[in-house]
Amino acid sequence: MRNLILFILRNHYVILFVLIESLSLFLVMQYNSYQRSCFINSSSAVAGGVNTVFSAVDHYLYLNQKNQELNAELARLRSEIPSAYKCDTAEVQSVKDEVYTQQYEYIPCMVISNSVETSNNFLTLNVGSKHGVEPGMAVVSASGVVGVVKAVSPNFASVIGVLNQDLNISAMLENNGYFGTLTWDGRDYHYAILKDLPAHIRVFKNDAVITSGYSTIFPKGEPIGRVDTILDSGTNGFITLRVRLAVDFKKLTNVQVVRNLLKEEQLELQNRAENE
Amino acid sequence: MNSVLLRNIIRFVILVLLQVGVLNQVQLGGFINPYLYILFVIMLPFTIPGWFTLILSFAIGISIDVFCNSPGIHASATVFAGFLRQYVIAALMPRENIDPIETPNIRTFGVGWFFKYSLVIVLAHHVFLFVVEAFKFSDLHLVLWRALLSIVFTMFLIFLSQFLFVRNK
Repeated sequence: MRNLILFILRNHYVILFVLIESLSLFLVMQYNSYQRSCFINSSSAVAGGVNTVFSAVDHYLYLNQKNQELNAELARLRSEIPSAYKCDTAEVQSVKDEVYTQQYEYIPCMVISNSVETSNNFLTLNVGSKHGVEPGMAVVSASGVVGVVKAVSPNFASVIGVLNQDLNISAMLENNGYFGTLTWDGRDYHYAILKDLPAHIRVFKNDAVITSGYSTIFPKGEPIGRVDTILDSGTNGFITLRVRLAVDFKKLTNVQVVRNLLKEEQLELQNRAENE
Repeated sequence: MNSVLLRNIIRFVILVLLQVGVLNQVQLGGFINPYLYILFVIMLPFTIPGWFTLILSFAIGISIDVFCNSPGIHASATVFAGFLRQYVIAALMPRENIDPIETPNIRTFGVGWFFKYSLVIVLAHHVFLFVVEAFKFSDLHLVLWRALLSIVFTMFLIFLSQFLFVRNK
């Protein structure tokens, strides 16, 4: 306390100057509308800048939640786009009020375990039979095909990914419609092999490869990847291609399970036709 | 002692009236505005204590503000000039023993000394004043140009008043 008083006495001149100057500048700010508006504008600019930084951090912290919301929204929208519907024009005469029947439903979910290193990779999703997931359903992400559900528990689903040598996908070249079988050779997680394409067709680098829709699993037209190199240009009657996968399996988080509502009907019909 | 006090009071009143009544009306080219009232701070006696200088500076500044309807603008600049005055005197002081009531003017230590002394204070006062008046640093060169022109004019008036009113010893 004594030191404080001594300090004040020793520096009374400067302290008094600061006090009076502050008082004057306070008066300037308080009673001069022009200076006040300048001061308020500049302080709101500073405050605005600080707020922007804080809200940027805030947004970053909520990215996970936002992604889930967006994924749910994406799943809802994909359930509504035309490719999720099967054209029923053949039955137009009998069912006059409904041209389209919904064929695919998308269930949003997240990958909770994943690998790309082994030669037969499986993924685990955070949805299961409780959410309507069944074995044999397709799994896609926003960028393309991911895999097929192999087994389900009440809350989880195990998925055979494209990066699994046991999975064969019926794939098609988008520009000419010829289809072949897509498998993984177990090497690089960026690439898969598309074989059994007829030898007479012409294939170019960067041709899009999509799902054919011939199986009851994948909807038609889901992107798989793009032609990277032609490994075998038809020497044994078939073309074999290396396809760069559209999905980066190393950073896969938000995906959707596709439920084919007409699968039973289609399978039943096919079985019946085969048995007859 | 009393005559010094009286002289300073009269100087205070005359400078405020002169500033408000005459000089604030002559805005040469709408650009140059001399602020002669700072002469009051310049001509306060040497021996006056620092804290009292500050209070008197504030007093004349706020008086001008009352008439100009600009609370705090002149007061802040004048207090700043008054604050620097002690250091300017200490830096420029040419001799040790001063007469207790001696007032800084052109006769005290000569024209050159008084020019340096008053120029520093006028410079500090005007620059501070014009910057606070503009209250932004975006057009700083324009503000400083206005301040410079006004400084020249104020210095001219200070020396005019010195030659007119300071009697020979």
